[in-house]
Formats: sequence, structure tokens, C-alpha cells
Amino acid sequence: MDRAIKINPPVSTDEVRALQAGDNVLITGTIYTGRDMAHKRLVELLQAGKQLPIDLKGQFIYYVGPSPAKPGLAVGSAGPTTSYRLDPYTPALLELGLKGMIGKGTRSAEVIAAMKKHGAVYFGAVGGAAALISKSIKRAEVICYPDLGAEAVHKFYVEDFPAIVVIDSHGQNLYQTQPPQYKI
Amino acid sequence: MRKIDAAIITETVHDLFLQANYFIGTDIFEQLKQRRELEESPIGKSVLTQIIKNNEIAAQEQLPICQDTGLAVLFIELGQEVAVVGGDLNEAINAGVSEACTNGYLRKSVVDDPLFDRLNTNNNTPAITHINIVPGNRIKITVTAKGFGSENMSRMKMLKPADGVEGVKNFVIQTAVDAGPNPCPPIIVGVGIGGTMEKAAILSKRALLRPLGQENQDPRYAALEREVLDEINKSGVGPAGLGGRTTALAVNIDYFPTHIAGLPVAVNICCHASRQAQKVL
Repeated sequence: MDRAIKINPPVSTDEVRALQAGDNVLITGTIYTGRDMAHKRLVELLQAGKQLPIDLKGQFIYYVGPSPAKPGLAVGSAGPTTSYRLDPYTPALLELGLKGMIGKGTRSAEVIAAMKKHGAVYFGAVGGAAALISKSIKRAEVICYPDLGAEAVHKFYVEDFPAIVVIDSHGQNLYQTQPPQYKI
Repeated sequence: MRKIDAAIITETVHDLFLQANYFIGTDIFEQLKQRRELEESPIGKSVLTQIIKNNEIAAQEQLPICQDTGLAVLFIELGQEVAVVGGDLNEAINAGVSEACTNGYLRKSVVDDPLFDRLNTNNNTPAITHINIVPGNRIKITVTAKGFGSENMSRMKMLKPADGVEGVKNFVIQTAVDAGPNPCPPIIVGVGIGGTMEKAAILSKRALLRPLGQENQDPRYAALEREVLDEINKSGVGPAGLGGRTTALAVNIDYFPTHIAGLPVAVNICCHASRQAQKVL
């Protein structure tokens, strides 16, 4: 495995443009969580011309709905959810300056076009490695939509959160380039 | 008539749902380790290493293997000489699931109305329960925690009898490969052939319960399982869909008699975290 690149959000467009599909990264800093319902609410606010409760400029959103934390732990198990369900909402957030998404699975052509246009990157975390990933999440607090439970928007402070650049800001996509190399 | 108290059912379902969520089956764990040795893709190998490590941490610390602690799907073989007393069987099952979620720090992932309100029921119920009445005076309870990343990638199709073996083969392979990275490969593929529309779907889910390495008893179906597994693993999708030889760990096929006009086929996909536990009362 190649050595991992350290990343500390918030990040600039230049930092994002330098990342290449296949790069292993370790993320340290603050990231936000969001799933289906939170994305729906955020985009509805935008459509109504209102301000969002979080400033997404330079930030990353992790697609996760963690399990409840056991006493003494910051968070429960917290692996990525499937990203395509968030595709309809993502271009609007990229326009606001969102620089990265962490999830698993394919993205739509519209999302990839918006990533190229605005300079953003899509990281993959390993689906089903939820207990392992939770070890890199040191603090967690609910920022908005507490009524959504696991789907509420959390602010995570993470240290050396492991991910891989699956789709970079130039449109290079591991889901398209890697499997054909192992096809028989 | 043997009597079993509903409170025993609740306690059993509670324990089994927790067990399923914390401890991966040894068949899956061993298969993951074997496949890691054979995996040619460096990224694929790294993904398998993370999954194995995750399963070790989950078991040691009793943490959920996956944050999607699943919709509880139960298969119950209810002996016809058993009477459940002291409460409603379905309520007893739901109480077990709900208490496990609270006591075991599991996620509550169920919404009440699927289309309009989508309000969380806040106790991860109702469970989906399939009850079969069988001879005898025992109850066999199998509890599974079904994640929806893989459930969403499942398909069913009413094939024509003329589509035959090739038609079935192509449909199963296509479903598994089209799913790509979304269902958290390496996957386990449950296939139900025959019956009616809903029977095929239930067969495909039940097929996921079969331990890895155990083939269908009919040699023709066993050969089909091997061939389809081989083809899926030739696709290159690989662990986490990032390329490699390990796309599926098993293909389990179950079949049932069907109508002269039909060939229903259901493909139920499960992620590598195929979580289940069972007990006979």
C-alpha cells in the first residue's frame, strides 16, 4: 500500500485538485455527517433561499448514521452508508463550497460533473468496517436535526480517519479503472 | 401440548439479535481470511484486512459489526405441538428486538410509513417474521440483522420457462455484478428459484442462512452454485468494488416446485456482514 497523505479539513480547492484517485488519505480534523433526511432538509432550505445551519465551505461530509455510543465512547459503530442515495442533493452542496464526501459506492454523472467543476473529491471508506472506523472518531456532537436520531447532522473530530480517493476532482474513478484490471 | 412462555421468546430474540450484531459467523470469518490470501489486488487485500480486523474488534469489545444493525428478519419453525402462552408471539418477538436495541446500543433503523411520513419507530420494530409450522414440540428461532445497502441491490424477475438454466445464470450474475461497490462486497448471494413471486423472494432470503461451504444437496444445483460464484468472481468488482478477485464469498440456491407457466427467480444480496444467530427452544 502507498504511504497515506495527511489531510486536515477545511481544505482549499488547490489541495483538493492535488489529490488523485487511488491516494490513501488519513483525515484529521472536523468533519460533518449527513444522510438522506438531513440532505433533504438542507437542500429544501437552499431552495427556500434560506441560510444553512452549517458552513460547508472547504468541509467534508461523511455519509453515516452511527449506532448509539456505549458509555465512555465518543460514538458507536460508524461505517459509511451507500452514497448514490445522496446524489440528487449533492451538486447543490458542492456549489456552496463542499470539498469532499466520504461514503461507499457509485456516484451519478451529475455529481461527478459538479465535483470537476467546483473542485471536490469523493473518498471511499470500507463498508462494514464500522467498529474499526469508530476508533478514529474522537469526539462527536449533534449540530442540527436531533429529531432525526442517527440521521441527525453530527460534528465529528477525527484523527487519522482512513479513506481512499475513489473519484478525484478530475473525474478519475477507481470504480471504473480498477475492476477491469481484475476481470477475467 | 408443550407450553412455552412468551417471555422466553422475548429473551431469546433479545440475546440472538445481540449475538448476531456483535459476532460474525466463524464460516464467514475463515472464508474472509482464506480469500485475503488469494486476493491479487493490493487495494482488495487491504480492504479484506480492514474487514477482518473490524470483525475482531466487534467481537472483543461487543460493538456492532456494522452501524446498520439491520432490520430484524426472523425465521421461526414452530412445532405444531407447542403452545405459546402468556402473551402474543409477534409482540414477544418485537419486544426482544426493541430491548436488544436499547440494551445493546444498536441503531434504530425502521420507519413507520414507507412513503409519506417515514417517521422512525424508535425501537427498530416491527421485525419481519416468517413462521413455518412443523411437526414436533420445539421452536427453532433464527434471527438475522439485514443491512439495507445490500438489500437495496436485490432483484426478482419472473422468467419464462424457455429462459432455462442460462436465463437464471445470466440474471443472477448480472444482478451481483451490476450491484458493483454498493452492497459492500464481498457479498453472499441468496437465490430462490420457483414457487410464486413471494415464495421465490423468501427462498432467496432463507438461502442466505446456509453456512458457507455447504452446497445444495442436488448436484445439479450445487454445480450451478459453483459456476455462478466463479463467474461473479471473474467480474473483477472485488472487495469494496475497488477491484480484485473476491466479489462474492458464496452463492446459495434454494428451489421449490412452481407453476407450468413460470420460472420465478429472486436474488437476495447480503454484504460480507451476514449476521445471524439461532436457537432451539
